[in-house]
Amino acid sequence: MLTAVLGLGQIGLVAAIALGWASKKFAVDVDARELAVNEVLPGVNCGACGYPGCSGYAGAVVKEAAPINLCPPGGSEVITAIARIMGLEDDVTEPQVAVVLCQGDNRKTTQKYIYTGMHDCNAANNIADGPKQCPNGCLGLGSCVTACPFDAIEITADDLAVISRERCTGCGLCVTACPRQLIRMTPATATVHVLCNSHDKGGVVRKYCEIGCIGCNICKKTAPEAFKIDQFLAQVDYAHDDDAAMAIDKCPKNCIVDFNSTYPDGSKFKPASIQPPTPACAGKDLP
Amino acid sequence: MDKKTFVGGVHPPDCKHYSAAKPIEVCPLPEQLIIPLSQHIGAPAKEIVTVGDQVFKGQTIANATAFVSVPIHAATSGRVMAIEPRPHPSGKLLPAIVIEVDGEDRWDPSLKGLDVAHWNSDELRQRIKAAGIVGMGGATFPTHVKLSPPDDKPIDTLIINGVECESYLTADHRMMLEHSEKIIDGINILRRVLGVKQAIIGIESNKPDAIACMTKAAAAHDIEVQALEVKYPQGAEKQLIDAVLKREVPSGGLPMDIGVVVQNVSTAAAVSDAIRLGHPLVERVITISGPAVVEAKNLLVRIGTPMEFLLQQCDGIKYELDKIIMGGPMMGQSQLSLAAPAIRGTSGLLLFGHQDLPHIEVGTCIRCGRCVTACPLHLLPATIASYAILGRFDEAEDYCAHDCMECGCCTFQCPANRPLVQNLRYAKAGILAKQRRT
Repeated sequence: MLTAVLGLGQIGLVAAIALGWASKKFAVDVDARELAVNEVLPGVNCGACGYPGCSGYAGAVVKEAAPINLCPPGGSEVITAIARIMGLEDDVTEPQVAVVLCQGDNRKTTQKYIYTGMHDCNAANNIADGPKQCPNGCLGLGSCVTACPFDAIEITADDLAVISRERCTGCGLCVTACPRQLIRMTPATATVHVLCNSHDKGGVVRKYCEIGCIGCNICKKTAPEAFKIDQFLAQVDYAHDDDAAMAIDKCPKNCIVDFNSTYPDGSKFKPASIQPPTPACAGKDLP
Repeated sequence: MDKKTFVGGVHPPDCKHYSAAKPIEVCPLPEQLIIPLSQHIGAPAKEIVTVGDQVFKGQTIANATAFVSVPIHAATSGRVMAIEPRPHPSGKLLPAIVIEVDGEDRWDPSLKGLDVAHWNSDELRQRIKAAGIVGMGGATFPTHVKLSPPDDKPIDTLIINGVECESYLTADHRMMLEHSEKIIDGINILRRVLGVKQAIIGIESNKPDAIACMTKAAAAHDIEVQALEVKYPQGAEKQLIDAVLKREVPSGGLPMDIGVVVQNVSTAAAVSDAIRLGHPLVERVITISGPAVVEAKNLLVRIGTPMEFLLQQCDGIKYELDKIIMGGPMMGQSQLSLAAPAIRGTSGLLLFGHQDLPHIEVGTCIRCGRCVTACPLHLLPATIASYAILGRFDEAEDYCAHDCMECGCCTFQCPANRPLVQNLRYAKAGILAKQRRT
């Protein structure tokens, strides 16, 4: 009995001394700031910053002096927090949200052919430039939905992608996933948008879409500051968009939408308030 | 004669009986020709005529813009009506030169044939490029590029592709029967350009008349005719080399890496026309076939003739069309409408009604491995397809998805009807997009 106790005790003692020595000898220096930055990041590992996950970005901020405003899901609160940890000035960027610039679902647009292939916009767009007659409209097969880590995009029953302004964190992953470049990052404060992406002439657009911009210039006449027309397509000038809402009722094709009052047809999302979206890090203790 | 072949491949029903016995007929001129600027692999040509210009048959109307590019010629005389985006066989709207046909069909008087003996191979190569000759089996790769191997890659064998392994198509078959002398002459010119002695014509044994005809014509010229087992895709360049010479083209490589150049029989005939007569590539033989067409035909068609017009020459259709394919049924392109024109790579126009098409229900993969046995490039189609569905293009690339030539054997063979080749194509597009980003 005694031999066993002493034997095990000795082994324990030797092991303890060895471990203690090894922990000093092979200690890895971790910058306390890196741990702190990692702590304030949202922890969703979306990759919008361009680094592998949140800890990768934390490391880059501390070791490589990466810009501190690369985390769109975190928003201004995270930027302020990182700035405090790193002793930098907080360079707060305006929060942004993604908008799908299309309202042409299957009931409002015509198709070139019946697509029966893979359920993916990129695959469909490779075949004769996509099944939709409109060369720039939403294909509604949900590549953006797959890309979104925040569950902020839905596809309506008539195959149109709609982005929730409440859930969108502005990470921009859907922008790169869309083969037709019709998702744009816009300032979260701007709620009025021209939801069309077709640069075709009015007569051509009328043939394939009920709700596409025909470049008629009425919005620009109503609110000259707020709109610009680029190749038969009206666009909101987000720098001077105060009067943009005035043109909503004037638009003959109903392609100008204020997200404060409504979402595109068929969407289950509720109209958003003008408040910027809640950052994904909300609820965490910030140092 | 023993029959050679390659490893892998499938045996689709050949369906060549519709048009195999029909001699080549000359298709009349339509009212207008739509000549796309992009009819070949490589950079699209740049137009050098303006709207309203009068053009002769064979006149250059668009110039090559790069080494891998060829000029485009007017296929008949007439007036340039428009230069604008028009339907293209690829399904896209691409810029095309529209010519209003004057019906006189006058050749450009400056085009003259020359005696081959006085020309060196560089001049011949220039002439072949100027004539706009591309691979006429369907891939439309510019012929002069294939004929310009770098000095460190000596060529020892010229293989002439008379396989025509796609079902329904009989255009090359008829060419071999009716223009064997012209093909042999083209082969002699190609041998001269490349400086090679050995030339082998590969023909599948389901065309015994063509084998007999070509053997007779080739006898006096030291050209070998090789009968091949009937199997798809034997007409693919790499598989033909494997079948004839038992040499394998390395992954990502070209036939010239192993000392071989492959040309189609129709290309050889076009080379002969370009050198002897000075005529550029303005017409080709197209098989119009399929169960839905009233009379299947092999037509000699001007480049740019709308498909609708071709169909009228075959007395129209028996019933409503459900699928139109340009090219062969395995690798051809499904068409949106009959508005697109026939281009240099169009080997066939196939028409099917609803009742002719299989009704496919996609099942789950049972891991039987038939796609692996069928794949002529020895890939693992089911594995790559599942990576493609998940969007994991790095892994797909590790499994050499980029080597796939989209022959469709895997999909044809799959007992669960899985769209394997479609997924592989998606993987290839994804890999390309990834490479462009980095």
